Amino acid sequence: MPSLDDLKKRISSIKSTQKITKAMKMVAAAKLRKAQESAEKGRPFSEKMNNIILNLNKSIPDKNNASKFLVGTGKENIHLCVVITADRGLCGGFNTNICRKAKSYFDKTIKEGKKLKIFTVGSKGHDQLKRAYGSYIIEKVNFKGIKKITYKEAEKIGNKIIDLFKDNQFDVCKIFYNKFKNVITQIPQVQQIIPVESSQNKKEEKELENFYEFEPEENEILNDLLPRNISTQIFKAFLENAASEQGSRMTAMDNASRNAGDLVDKLTITYNRSRQAAITKELIEIISGAESL
Amino acid sequence: MEDNFNLEIISPEKIIFSGKVRMATLPSYEGDMSILKNHISIITFLRPGVVKVQTNENSYNEFFVEDGTIEYFNDTLVILSASAVSIKDLTKDFMEKLSKDTVEKLSKKDITDHERYILNHKLDTIKEIRV
Repeated sequence: MPSLDDLKKRISSIKSTQKITKAMKMVAAAKLRKAQESAEKGRPFSEKMNNIILNLNKSIPDKNNASKFLVGTGKENIHLCVVITADRGLCGGFNTNICRKAKSYFDKTIKEGKKLKIFTVGSKGHDQLKRAYGSYIIEKVNFKGIKKITYKEAEKIGNKIIDLFKDNQFDVCKIFYNKFKNVITQIPQVQQIIPVESSQNKKEEKELENFYEFEPEENEILNDLLPRNISTQIFKAFLENAASEQGSRMTAMDNASRNAGDLVDKLTITYNRSRQAAITKELIEIISGAESL
Repeated sequence: MEDNFNLEIISPEKIIFSGKVRMATLPSYEGDMSILKNHISIITFLRPGVVKVQTNENSYNEFFVEDGTIEYFNDTLVILSASAVSIKDLTKDFMEKLSKDTVEKLSKKDITDHERYILNHKLDTIKEIRV
């Protein structure tokens, strides 16, 4: 049985932890609103971009001469996986979920006898993956110290990927990130960005039965557009990730505050009981002392 | 109002402009072009330049773009550009930095003729804009 003093100390320490988690929850909630807003603002751009690419894709008469970004290299030997995680912890299963998804994909790829290359964005993902897959990691980037991630950052990463692709360093590129569904649920996602997946939006394809004038040629437009699309997709993943991170942190901190509250309640009961026991014990001692006189 | 069509200028971060306009003049890849209502559906891309938007008889909006893709379909013109800025919001520092960067890129040796053309054109455009 811990002494009364010990109990008192524990209660106050848990109370101060609870204050911290509560504060973190509030901050996450405020940031979440902002992140959600920018995720929504970013949506039209990537949607429109996708539409244009789908249209172009259909109008290309000769697929063999089309841009490599669209049709791929014709091989599937080397996979580049871009794992996008947060730079900070204390956000529940956010980073772990992405890494778990990525790891299962890595294992599958290795089993199939294909070559694997990993590009980590965000320091937490790198920390989690470097132990088991350290030898596959070819590049790492993090945004520590950058307050707001803008399109410029996405473009930098996009350009790195494009350079690697032009260098014939890989055949297939996939990105891993968390899709923001709501505050409680974030779904880890795998998206293929090179070559562009043609079955992305089957529903939309039917609607787009129209003819376009292209200036210059379709292929030239695609050559200009597809590299840009990669940066756009990465930026979209960043935005989704940022919203997911805050949402996940908010839920985690909410749980932590509640758990701390429960623990404080429990400890308070124990504290009161042992105080009562001590008083009773003292009384018994006094009474039995008086009786023996 | 009959002659107006929808214009949207979208950057990855936000919608920069959205509304009805009369005419839009774009620095298209193969030369400047103006778009009026009922234009044929077209997809093309932009070179560095100024997008001029005429909202009504005598009011203009101007946007500086470094690159971008445009799509005209069903009386809606969509301009996707990562670098669109309203001319009013341009600052001298920004333009100077841009021009310096461009000159720097031009001085590199391993650029193609095509890139050189685009960069030179960009430099000309930057010079033309007075902030």
